[in-house]
Amino acid sequence: MLHDTVFRDAAVIAGKDLRLEWRSRVTTNQIAPFALLVLILFAFALDPDRGILARATAGLFWVAVLFSGLLALQRAFAIEAADGNRDGLRLSGLDPAGIFLGKAGAVALELLVLELVLGAGVVLMYGTTFRSWLLLVVTCVVATTGVAAAGSLYGVLAAGLRVRETLLPLLLLPILAPVLLGATRSFEAALAGAPSDGWPWVELLAAFAAIYVAFGVLAFGSLLEES
Amino acid sequence: MIPEHTGSRATRIIGALTLAGFAVVLVLALVVSPPDQVQGDAARLIYLHVPVAIAMNLGFGLNALGSAMWLWKKSRWWDTLAVSAAEVGLVFTALTLVTGMIWGRPTWGVYWTWDARLTSFSLLFLMYLGYLVVRRLPADLEVRNRRSAFVALLSFVDVPIVYFSVTWWRSLHQSATISLNTTISGSMLFTLFVSMAVFVACFAWLLLHRFRVAWLEDEVETKGLDLAISERRAEALVVP
Repeated sequence: MLHDTVFRDAAVIAGKDLRLEWRSRVTTNQIAPFALLVLILFAFALDPDRGILARATAGLFWVAVLFSGLLALQRAFAIEAADGNRDGLRLSGLDPAGIFLGKAGAVALELLVLELVLGAGVVLMYGTTFRSWLLLVVTCVVATTGVAAAGSLYGVLAAGLRVRETLLPLLLLPILAPVLLGATRSFEAALAGAPSDGWPWVELLAAFAAIYVAFGVLAFGSLLEES
Repeated sequence: MIPEHTGSRATRIIGALTLAGFAVVLVLALVVSPPDQVQGDAARLIYLHVPVAIAMNLGFGLNALGSAMWLWKKSRWWDTLAVSAAEVGLVFTALTLVTGMIWGRPTWGVYWTWDARLTSFSLLFLMYLGYLVVRRLPADLEVRNRRSAFVALLSFVDVPIVYFSVTWWRSLHQSATISLNTTISGSMLFTLFVSMAVFVACFAWLLLHRFRVAWLEDEVETKGLDLAISERRAEALVVP
């Protein structure tokens, strides 16, 4: 099924997206500040003096990741919608599975950078002390893979549509509910210093990521075709 | 030949049976079956709640089947089945949620609790709402069918993960909120079975009508333009 050129094609697409990102700085200059803003808004919504922020840190972190992730995904597919880029992609002769892996990979990398920024944000502003580093890092990587894979599938589906900005959150957020749940529980376990409670959730996140990566590899071609 | 309505002899029989069945279920549920020992009269909602939940599952099952079969066979029949099943299924999901909440109020004291099933069904409801939104976006029929088939399957593969994760989440924090009556008396079980059969018939009745409406809508879509053109031509011939 997978040819050895798939990963080369994925690298081409991911390289293109990351180069675009490097030149336009949308993630670092717009989406990352937005994510930090969400952290500050949470502090306004939940009284910071009563310890609610500290107790809810894991959940707030992942909600902020999902919201800013939506922006990153919309950006990733908005650049393909303009100037007939989608037709260009289809005519490029690149393997659709490779295009999927490349798009999702670039989004995942951007999300990981966002998570670093958000992590620094919660340490500085919410006074969080990170523990159980291995669990934290693995949770981030696995959950981000799931978000990027499912998000790329819905992203390409919504890309050509006039209602894409409003449609994508409606379609994607219910699907990502288990990721939010699993990643939050896993982070809670890590922050509480009880990583053994978190690993089963990582397995759930891994199952989610595996299902949507497999779906994307198989179906991305026909999703890219329509418009 | 375009039919004037979506009824046929078969649907009229199913419809009449469904309506008669509702009357029988009402009598069985409200008069014949005894109130529950623990829950009292609130337990009678089970005769409504469980059958609509079964109809809901049928709807989403048929939606996934229709979507997968459309991708395989590319036959219009499967696509029409998928969309009709999703729409009827969504109605039954709303009914499942509402009856669950009405039952929750006297039993748990609140309409909404983060019970595993209530939570996952509400997510399911929103997912399939999204499916119907995608379905209504203007597009060529082929594009629309493919797009909605993928959205249906993407949602369907998520259902077990959602259910599993939510169940796990709640069971880590609280024990099962209530265990439904472990023993169920004969007349209650009988009422439940009758009600299930009636609601499955009701589902089939609605599905048949919805299927035919969806089929005719697509007919209008594909043939409407040709028809309009030939009508204009006919007008041009009449007026010299």
